[in-house]
Amino acid sequence: MLKILRVSKIFNPGSINEKVALQNISLHLQPGDVVNIIGSNGAGKTTVLNVVTGACPVNAGAILLKGQAIQSLPEHIRAAKMGRVFQDPLMGTAATMTIEENLALALRRGSRRRIRWGITTKDRALFRERLSLLGLELENRLKDKVGLLSGGQRQALTLLMATIATPQLLLLDEHTAALDPKTGEKVLKLTAKIIKAFQLTTLMVTHNLEQALQFGNRTVMMHEGRIILDLKGERRQRTSVKELLALFQQASGKTMDCDRLLLAK
Amino acid sequence: MTIAVWSGALEQGLLWAVMVLGVYLTFRVLDFPDLTIDGGFTLGAAVVTRFIIEGLNPLWGMIAAMFCGAAAGLVTGFLHTRLKIAPLLAGILTMIALYSINLRVMGSANLSLLRMETALTWIMNLGFNKACSAIILGAIAVIIVVIILYLFLNTEMGMAIRATGDNEQMIRTLGVNTDTMKIVGLSMGNALVALSGSMVAQYQGFADVGMGIGMIIMGLAAVIIGEALVGAKSLLRALIAVVIGSIIYRLVISVVLQIGLPTTDLKLFTAVIVTVALAFPVIKDSFRTKQMMRRVGNVEDTKG
Repeated sequence: MLKILRVSKIFNPGSINEKVALQNISLHLQPGDVVNIIGSNGAGKTTVLNVVTGACPVNAGAILLKGQAIQSLPEHIRAAKMGRVFQDPLMGTAATMTIEENLALALRRGSRRRIRWGITTKDRALFRERLSLLGLELENRLKDKVGLLSGGQRQALTLLMATIATPQLLLLDEHTAALDPKTGEKVLKLTAKIIKAFQLTTLMVTHNLEQALQFGNRTVMMHEGRIILDLKGERRQRTSVKELLALFQQASGKTMDCDRLLLAK
Repeated sequence: MTIAVWSGALEQGLLWAVMVLGVYLTFRVLDFPDLTIDGGFTLGAAVVTRFIIEGLNPLWGMIAAMFCGAAAGLVTGFLHTRLKIAPLLAGILTMIALYSINLRVMGSANLSLLRMETALTWIMNLGFNKACSAIILGAIAVIIVVIILYLFLNTEMGMAIRATGDNEQMIRTLGVNTDTMKIVGLSMGNALVALSGSMVAQYQGFADVGMGIGMIIMGLAAVIIGEALVGAKSLLRALIAVVIGSIIYRLVISVVLQIGLPTTDLKLFTAVIVTVALAFPVIKDSFRTKQMMRRVGNVEDTKG
């Protein structure tokens, strides 16, 4: 489905601020795989998502989506095939536009924007149906501006927007991290529901180790731009959070230096 | 106030409103501070004047003015999106280039339309006086432009343009080429500005190479006044607010002129209005903080 082949990414090459974000990493996703990416700050987790979407061009390597090389396509072309939810709830929606306008923009992901009516009656019926899945009563607020919604509501809406035109790949960048624990859990449950309903291949960055072992079917650990652990199947099932921490120390030769990872237990 | 003051404000407010709608489209919808407008306004005036002097149909002149304005917006869009020049600088570059181009189109710094057949004289020939004719011309243009803009901004492309101004990263992840949207928005905005310039030239009876100076600030003043008085709750309301803002701005100008402000101080006056309007939220905040601090201080005083 998605093949990341020997990809390297260096920020500010040749300058004093040179930073190797990804070192020759490879990752293969089977259709339907739901992969959690964990690692300390600066490990390159978000950069992986950024090179897949095209927000950052790669310095070396190839990225194949369903066999097609996409590493040199611009971001808006690649976007036709992938949905993305950011960590910041404000980033995924247009605040000055209404809920239905945001959804209509998302529904036409990947198709050319023409001079024809932006929202049809048929669209509205679909929006109501999908919004009712959220259980947030947003289906009765189609004409409200998104700026009026709370962070959790906006993030749930972004999730819906990322999947309303079914993507081949869903990219989630710590999308529950900025929410309060209760809302975060709700959005995560919703994520699981949507992934299951549309059988989406997913790449999710998370800081929550417990969640990383329970959600989806694979757990990938990164450190200093490399993938140091790829857990799946039975081995993953047998692994506990404690063992995961120990594996990290063993693999990286360092103690876990990120408070958030430790506290997330 | 005499009826002439009211009528004058309405005439000018409507004719300039088309320009203000252009400013609204670039500055507010697209969030792009586009200085091309200063040159584009004169360009519209220059093109229509040249058309009329050559004995061509004024209507075609106005349409040509719009196309020329759109081309100017396209250049600014190209400078910004393809050559990565900052928005303000891209607009200034086009504006400066247009100064020379406008002089070439006009052939001199000032071109008179005295006793020529214009769109305005057509309406006057139907039996209206000059003031009435200007209002009719302005109203027709404003109504058509508001309707078309409203419809356009609700199309797929129009919505993508609005989203580009609101959250560029988000709309790119939804598969929109934001560069294209910016170029389309800038072209449309400047087409409107040039159309307004072409009408103003016919209304004044001349085109002048300096007539566009400060147009962006005037437009901004009108947009801010409209938003403050009418609000921008819905798209249609925002568009109507822009038109009303334009008329009220002209009314304010007429009043201060009547009071005795010299015409030459108008631009200073407008700059002050816009500065105050832009600074208003900051001033309000600091005032509120001070007030709160004082209250906290008072409470402590009474305790002590």
